Amino acid sequence: MEKLLLLGAEAIAQGAIDGGMSGVYAYPGTPSTEITEYVQNSKTAKEKNIHRNWSANEKTAVEAALGMSYAGKRAMACMKHVGLNVAADAFINSAITGVNGGLIVAVADDPSMHSSQNEQDSRFFGKFAMIPILEPSNQQEAYNMTYEGFELSEKFKVPVLIRFTTRLSHSRSGVQTKKVKNQNELKYPDDPLQYVLLPFNARKRYNGLLGIQASMQEEAEKSKYNFYYDGKDKSLGIIACGIAYNYLMENYQNLDCPYPILKLGQYPIPYSKVERLVNECEHILVLEDGYPFVEEQLRGFLSKGTKIKGRLDGTIPRAGELNPDHVAKALNKDVKQGFAVPKIVANRPPELCAGCAHRDVYNALNETMKEFGKQKVFSDIGCYTLGALPPWNAIHSCVDMGASITMAKGAADAGVRPSVAVIGDSTFTHSGMTALLDCVYENTPVTVIIADNATTAMTGGQASHATGRLEEICIGLGVKPEHVRVLTPLPKHHEEMVKVLREELVFDGVSVIIPRRECIQTAPKSRKEAKVKVEEVT
Amino acid sequence: MKSDIILSGVGGQGILSIAAVVGMAALENNLYLKQAEVHGMSQRGGAVQSHLRISEKEIASDLIPHGKADLIISVEPMESLRYLPWLSETGWLVTNTTPFVNIPDYPDMKALLSEIENMPHHIVINADEIARQVKSPRSSNMVMLGAASPFLNLPYESLEKGINKIFGRKGEKIVKLNIDALKAGREYAVEHTQVGSE
Repeated sequence: MEKLLLLGAEAIAQGAIDGGMSGVYAYPGTPSTEITEYVQNSKTAKEKNIHRNWSANEKTAVEAALGMSYAGKRAMACMKHVGLNVAADAFINSAITGVNGGLIVAVADDPSMHSSQNEQDSRFFGKFAMIPILEPSNQQEAYNMTYEGFELSEKFKVPVLIRFTTRLSHSRSGVQTKKVKNQNELKYPDDPLQYVLLPFNARKRYNGLLGIQASMQEEAEKSKYNFYYDGKDKSLGIIACGIAYNYLMENYQNLDCPYPILKLGQYPIPYSKVERLVNECEHILVLEDGYPFVEEQLRGFLSKGTKIKGRLDGTIPRAGELNPDHVAKALNKDVKQGFAVPKIVANRPPELCAGCAHRDVYNALNETMKEFGKQKVFSDIGCYTLGALPPWNAIHSCVDMGASITMAKGAADAGVRPSVAVIGDSTFTHSGMTALLDCVYENTPVTVIIADNATTAMTGGQASHATGRLEEICIGLGVKPEHVRVLTPLPKHHEEMVKVLREELVFDGVSVIIPRRECIQTAPKSRKEAKVKVEEVT
Repeated sequence: MKSDIILSGVGGQGILSIAAVVGMAALENNLYLKQAEVHGMSQRGGAVQSHLRISEKEIASDLIPHGKADLIISVEPMESLRYLPWLSETGWLVTNTTPFVNIPDYPDMKALLSEIENMPHHIVINADEIARQVKSPRSSNMVMLGAASPFLNLPYESLEKGINKIFGRKGEKIVKLNIDALKAGREYAVEHTQVGSE
């Protein structure tokens, strides 16, 4: 038991380690990556042999965690919000199978889209799955909720969702740790049919899930994370969910808020506590980071909701991350404005690093595409998405992991020639392989460029499942070996790259081009590690 | 005692190391700390910032409200101006003058410096030059921390201890380079302003 300085994400990792976790399963994704990295770097995790390697994607992560839970042990799957879309099938059905060992699904939402393509709110997924949701307001709660979350999961025999946002995930503060719990012993489920979701059993399991909803509700009513602070001034009652509570209290530095506050950290929404607030107060202000999840449920469909203020009536902006200034405005408090930003301050968007191999790929691709026309290149999610910006303006889509290949296929089916996909090595093994198989199945004329930098670069250089096996995978999926072309993207190979690209762009079938050069950020580290290994051997 | 600090720069310039050192120093003095930082896409050469809050009392928000920051420490001159809406009327702007030019429309340096000099409380320092002078060319971030140190309400020695803790794993040489840079930055600030000459 010690006091540590931890990011919110790290607090979740430490809480899981101390809470008796036997394995973490995840695919990197901002702002969730640091959970798994922390476990990977933890001495305790190593000593206790906690599983901590990366998974191919979020779906395989949740499934593996469910398998570990089947075996009676405590497991956690971590991901960013859009990763839960990928894992949704496994996630929703894991609520129907239920769990054996405690299972936590930790999901980091990204309101304001700091590093994401949308700002969806995972609490909807938790409600959809009908399982308990925990939403920490600070790093200590993030630790505590994860530490206790396995027991909550084992109590109700369902997975527990921990939902948090970028701000908490990437903010550091002091965390007091608790006594380390032992891992569970291997133990099979009591009912050998529990995980068999054939319709007859799925109906039985689903009825069971419906049956425990009331007790989950009751649990939320008495949860220490749902706290009612009474206040003298009943003209307003405030519901503050998760981190919104901090922004509220920022406006009452001396803890002197005159209004009653319901601090929410555990769902389903505690009905009686909300009812009390609504009955006692003239108006209700709902503060939540993300979608108006609680606010919509409070308003309902028929209620005109004149009593309720929040994101839906414009009291708080409908989109974007919550902050203390939004809350101050909602409370009619003065908001200071500091100094204005001078007009000469220019935007500085992120860019591909100097020396990055993707630069050479886009230089060659752009030159080749000159003769084939515009808007025929689909792309994906990773550093190379920055090729959409000047000076390249080379790609025309970035939708979801793996979509480049399948969108190129659909466009080719519609008559686009040539139809090109640009995808990274890690994104390819995440969700591109089945897409390539679709192309092979119909021999669709697409050219797939798998930009192989031997890492998951955008999230900071995590291991890539594709490293060392890309050609084998493509050939194994049925791409003809003579149309799997490997290149070394360097300025001096520009002419050769253009030549190979042109050859494959005119080919009437599936071709894969693999420009391969290690990420400029991870290469020095790999060289150092290789040197250490050589020194160890000699 | 309370310090609300915005750290700013370009991804890769080392503002997270500044935050880590200040964080260690705050812990050593048994102060509360919250530090929100940017990970992910912006770290690829984009604008990055970190909100760093230190206080004797418990801190509520991870984000500093507008107009409440006591200090902006910027390792890049244009980035020092991006977060002015957070700076309080009495707050200080401490910035490096060496530009990081990775965009085609980077503003004219003279105009940029004149905007900075329009601020009521500012310190401009060529941190890259000073880092080179003390033979620690990669530690301009620690020069900036040194220059801002008189405004931090933290004992200077605990910043040195923070550097020891953060960089200790990289060896004594790296620790010394960073401490030399920190000292040089502090000396410059004390010499060129009336404040902080304790």
